[in-house]
Amino acid sequence: MHILKLIIKNALRHKLRTSLTVLGLVVATLSFGLLQTVVGAWYAGADAASNTRLVTRNAISLVFPLPLSYENRIRGIDGVTGIAYANWFGGIYQDPKNFFPQFAISGKSYLDLFPEFVVPEAERSAFLRDRKGCLVGRKLATQYGFKPGDIIPIKGTIFPGQWEFVVRGIYDGKEASTDTSQLFFHWQYLNERMLQTAPRRGNQVGFYMVQIGNPDNAAAISRALDAQFENSLAETLTETEKAFQLGFVSMSEAIVVAIRVVSFVVIVIIMAVMANTMAMSVRERLAEYATLKALGFGPGFLAALIFGESLLISLAGAALGIALLFPVAAAFSAQMGTLFPVFKIAPQTLALQAASAVAVGLIAAIAPTVRSARINIVEGLRSIG
Amino acid sequence: MKIPFSYIARNLWTRRLTTALTAGGLALVVFVFATVLMLDEGLKKTLVTTGEYDNVVMIRRAAETEVQSGVERPQAAIAASHPVIALNHEGVPMVSRETVVLIALNKRGTDKPANVVIRGVSPMGLELRPQVKLVAGRMFRPGSSEIIAGNNITKRFAGAGIGEALRFGQREWTVVGVFDAGNSGFDSEIWGDADQLMQAFRRVAFSSVIVRLDNSDHFDSFKKNIEGDQRLTLEAKREQTFYADQSKALSTFIGILGMTLSIIFSIGAMIGAMITMYASVANRVTEIGTLRALGFKRRAILTAFLMESLLLAAVGGVAGLFFASFMQFLSFSTVNFQSFSELAFGFTLNPEIAAKSLAFALVMGFVGGFLPAVRAARMKIVDSLRAA
Repeated sequence: MHILKLIIKNALRHKLRTSLTVLGLVVATLSFGLLQTVVGAWYAGADAASNTRLVTRNAISLVFPLPLSYENRIRGIDGVTGIAYANWFGGIYQDPKNFFPQFAISGKSYLDLFPEFVVPEAERSAFLRDRKGCLVGRKLATQYGFKPGDIIPIKGTIFPGQWEFVVRGIYDGKEASTDTSQLFFHWQYLNERMLQTAPRRGNQVGFYMVQIGNPDNAAAISRALDAQFENSLAETLTETEKAFQLGFVSMSEAIVVAIRVVSFVVIVIIMAVMANTMAMSVRERLAEYATLKALGFGPGFLAALIFGESLLISLAGAALGIALLFPVAAAFSAQMGTLFPVFKIAPQTLALQAASAVAVGLIAAIAPTVRSARINIVEGLRSIG
Repeated sequence: MKIPFSYIARNLWTRRLTTALTAGGLALVVFVFATVLMLDEGLKKTLVTTGEYDNVVMIRRAAETEVQSGVERPQAAIAASHPVIALNHEGVPMVSRETVVLIALNKRGTDKPANVVIRGVSPMGLELRPQVKLVAGRMFRPGSSEIIAGNNITKRFAGAGIGEALRFGQREWTVVGVFDAGNSGFDSEIWGDADQLMQAFRRVAFSSVIVRLDNSDHFDSFKKNIEGDQRLTLEAKREQTFYADQSKALSTFIGILGMTLSIIFSIGAMIGAMITMYASVANRVTEIGTLRALGFKRRAILTAFLMESLLLAAVGGVAGLFFASFMQFLSFSTVNFQSFSELAFGFTLNPEIAAKSLAFALVMGFVGGFLPAVRAARMKIVDSLRAA
């Protein structure tokens, strides 16, 4: 009990130094947590993927379409319980920097395949009835103030021309991890215009979403599906939705790795600051340690004092940093808008923050402890800090 | 009357461990800062050197990249017959009608696919881009299923080495050559015969038309002609601008991310420097009193402590920059958000970045050392002499 009192008193001896160190730890813990959350946001699409959905696309690459006629052939494969299709539209709303995903979807079948997009019944049927209608996600609607009845003008890049969609409903996510930053409109509407303006590009589908009954058969069904279209003009590549999403992540893997590395660099920086603080404290107290030793306290007691103080400071900083992470992450997410559709703090992140704080506290105390243990009593009493 | 520099330097030397820890923290921050700047510079350099200033790229209006664009044959013919287009030494107009598509290839040793640009060029395509040189093998024969691969592609993708074959569009394509495009974006592409590739992909339209102007000044009138022509739905850009525009999103992203990180990290490092300098002042109260008693002015004391902090930062800055300079041996490959294809680029260090990094370190040293130096300068002579 006495030792705890002593540790706290020691930590408060240099109020300015201790508070600066704690502040540094707060900044480090906070930025570490934020960076980990950013990395997590990168994987959000893959985490939210269902294991009973497959994605079928053109084997050459995503920029090549598949014929509409594949729909019935895929439906006939054993184990397939549902199918929908969509096209990536990639248009521009007002300015290229207002990026958000737009998909031309196969109406009801697509919505049935994605139960995580929750639309009120009335809005859903309004969307299905209106060929020029569209559904927008909650996050997207909040960012640009879209309301049902609004007209969203979008400039086509892949599908040339000016397009207008009427907002017929706003969907919410069933889970916190559901991406609600997308716009869905009717593939029929897109197809009609393509048939008029560029007939060769009509009746083409960007990718098929295939629902399967049993996730254990995903590999077998994917193989059977791709075998159907082997050596045709449009060969297919089928993989689980998760693998498909991870494919996107792996494209920018270098950036993710860099963020990860950097988030650990910040821990190393703060370790240097913390070690420095402890080294100074110990250097100033050499005379005291010598006195304690002369009184008969062993090196274990000194070690407990130093480690205790180091851990106390690092954990205080980490606790503040973790507490601040929540409001900062919320503000960051609001600032980033649809760039990070899903931005939530994972429990692992908090555990990592706490663990790194403990590690910083322990490592920072090692060198000073060794030094205090080595003091020769006479030398120490001579020392003047 | 100034306090001698040797006194300042020896103070840092006396507290070696503390100096090393503080400088180490500063060095890490400078390292991150410099690395981000180098990466951004590398990206810009890669994409700017991709374009020739006097080449003009024409793509379909509103398409942002060649992959999204489509230029019908009649339109390509009209654009290619414009009078300001340069002729080569044989009197042939310098025009290349190109088709650009993305194919998914697996990286060597993994099953992770990435999108690679495959460009169908006409024979003039190479002449329009003098920086592209064959370094191994030979040129593809027009009218055959042969392709040549860029340096970065050969290194990183399965099946893209010389003598290997890639399968797409119901055919086997043999890699017969490797080209080096002087670290430009073309190094991350595969080239083949435009007509053959269009056949294989069942395309009827080109993606872009590239022409060389006979005179740089003709660009504005050429652009006005092409974009004002009722028969055409094209827009014209200088090749350099075209590629620089394609780096905007990625460059902005790297820039924002890097600056945010540097600012957050610098707070940590400045706190470290501040702690060190405060301790340095607290430990030397008597010394400061003695110096004042000897007749050194408050200003001299302030300068001495600021100098000490700046010297500490300079050591950290130089160390950070030293380690950052080794990053030039690495290359970085990621997907370019705008063209949706793999792009490899390096870290480029130039004097400007070195100066910026060192200035950044000195600013951190100044901010961290200012308050402690003020405290040292404001001490009362009598009190500080008593402190011992």
